[in-house]
Amino acid sequence: MNGTLLETRSVSKNFGALQAARDITFTLEKGARHALIGPNGAGKTTFINLMTGVLLPTTGTVLLRGEDITTMEQAARVKRGIARTFQINRLFRGLTVLENVYISVAERVGAATNMVTPAGKRRDVIDEAMHLLETLKLADDAQRTIAGLPYGRQRLVELAIALGLKPEVLLLDEPAAGVPSAESHIILDAIDALPKDIGVLIIDHDMDLVFRFAKRITVLVRGAIFAEGTPREIGSNADVRAVYLGQATTHGA
Amino acid sequence: MSVTPHMPDHPAALALARRHSLRWWESLPWIAALAFFFAYPNHLGFGTELLIMVLFAISLDLALGYAGIITLGHAAFFGAGAYTVGILAHHGIWNEPLTGLALAALVAAAVGFLSGLVLLRTTGLTFLMLTLCTMLMLEEAANLGHHWTGGFDGLPSLNIPPLFGVFEFNPLIPKTQFLYVLGVLFLCFLFVRMLAYSPFGQGLTGIRENTLRMHAVGAPVRTRLVVCYTISAAIAGIAGGIWAQANAYVNLGTLGLDRAATVLIILVLGGFGRLYGAFVGAVAYMVLAHFLSKIYPTAWQLGLGLLLVVIALFARGGMLGIGEVLMQRLRPKIPPKEPASRPSP
Repeated sequence: MNGTLLETRSVSKNFGALQAARDITFTLEKGARHALIGPNGAGKTTFINLMTGVLLPTTGTVLLRGEDITTMEQAARVKRGIARTFQINRLFRGLTVLENVYISVAERVGAATNMVTPAGKRRDVIDEAMHLLETLKLADDAQRTIAGLPYGRQRLVELAIALGLKPEVLLLDEPAAGVPSAESHIILDAIDALPKDIGVLIIDHDMDLVFRFAKRITVLVRGAIFAEGTPREIGSNADVRAVYLGQATTHGA
Repeated sequence: MSVTPHMPDHPAALALARRHSLRWWESLPWIAALAFFFAYPNHLGFGTELLIMVLFAISLDLALGYAGIITLGHAAFFGAGAYTVGILAHHGIWNEPLTGLALAALVAAAVGFLSGLVLLRTTGLTFLMLTLCTMLMLEEAANLGHHWTGGFDGLPSLNIPPLFGVFEFNPLIPKTQFLYVLGVLFLCFLFVRMLAYSPFGQGLTGIRENTLRMHAVGAPVRTRLVVCYTISAAIAGIAGGIWAQANAYVNLGTLGLDRAATVLIILVLGGFGRLYGAFVGAVAYMVLAHFLSKIYPTAWQLGLGLLLVVIALFARGGMLGIGEVLMQRLRPKIPPKEPASRPSP
């Protein structure tokens, strides 16, 4: 059975002399709960950018369900089911929370090109956006603008926009970064509640989150895959502990 | 995913569902314009000019206020429309007013589409400078194409036949001009309002607020921008075309930086991205310019400049933005609701 959703084959990315990604061969299976960890500057976000089309690889190919999408535009990849969140919030700051999610849902259902009907008449879009906000416990902030929202709540909107796209592949770039620990469980719960068949790749420094969430972990160091395996294998890998996990525990993750 | 339940009573959903509904105060500009028509029959020339600037500013608002396309060359489209009407009428090719406007819109849209296709690959300062260059090149082309455009002298005394074959364009008592412009403005405004409240318009605000995120939700950002820019250019072309018809002449001033800067000032003054900023800004600008130039004939622009500095520093939303803040202060606060009153299914 071939359950591979997203695949990279020998993908490299050079920024001048800097090799931000080196020969990364990676697969994300259907229904995967995969974590990507590594020290700062390991190239984790670069790797996500290569898969989503923000960056084009210097060499190598990116495949989605076997289709070569290496040079495909970002928007076209989204239409094929790849969604992401950003490490640093990229939200529509001047708009309300509901409008933020409305935009995402409207793009997915194809309402966004409509110039004639008022946005408010698309109750299906509003209701779906509202429903998403309810599940993320954001409903009471729905009318507030992003700019006036605490950072932790903004992180939830970041997730809500991605979920509004109903992705098959979801790439989460440090979804809980900057979220107060009292609220991080909402993000964890939301991630737990994701549909079982979508493939999720999560980047995070929070080892509790990673080990709770991931069925499989890939460790990236200096742009290259350093180790890959189950959480148990990674947790007991002495080399990984040396380069990464040791630091994380001393920081009190 | 579970089936989305219908939630008719959530205030946020209701607010968004009703956002586009007409409010009572939206009739005020039109009542004021009609009142002006009857109250100041001797100032209808001024009134017509004002309404045209409102229309021009609305076209800019769509591009700048909604999509965040910061341009300094919008007069290129105003001029394209004006010269379309002027050249066709002057050379006796076509001078019927309404179809003339349609042609003006078409030509300006073509200029907007072609320049947008190339220019909208850039952003920020590069884009700003390129729009300026495009406009100045058009101005120079109009200056050099003497045979068609009349060059520096422009095209005087255009022969515009009566509207609907009935209503004469009298240059001394511009009643027809005023009502004609008001009618066209009304239709164009309804169109822009429809766009602004549509999902497409919502998407434009998304591009304005975060272009990168719009890419990430799968929006074809450049296509959207080109479409918006083209529509905006078409409306600016209508403004220019109607200016040529109302004044019965065209000159290089329709294409120049002066006009492009004026419309930008009007929009910043009134508040961009708000539909009605164009009205407030145009009235404020024209009235201020009128009175300041009477009081200080040599340095009246200084007063306008000072006002702009204050607006730019303290009221980024323009005069309408100030009004909104005041309204929010006056209105009683919505009491905080109990969190998550409705369990999710």
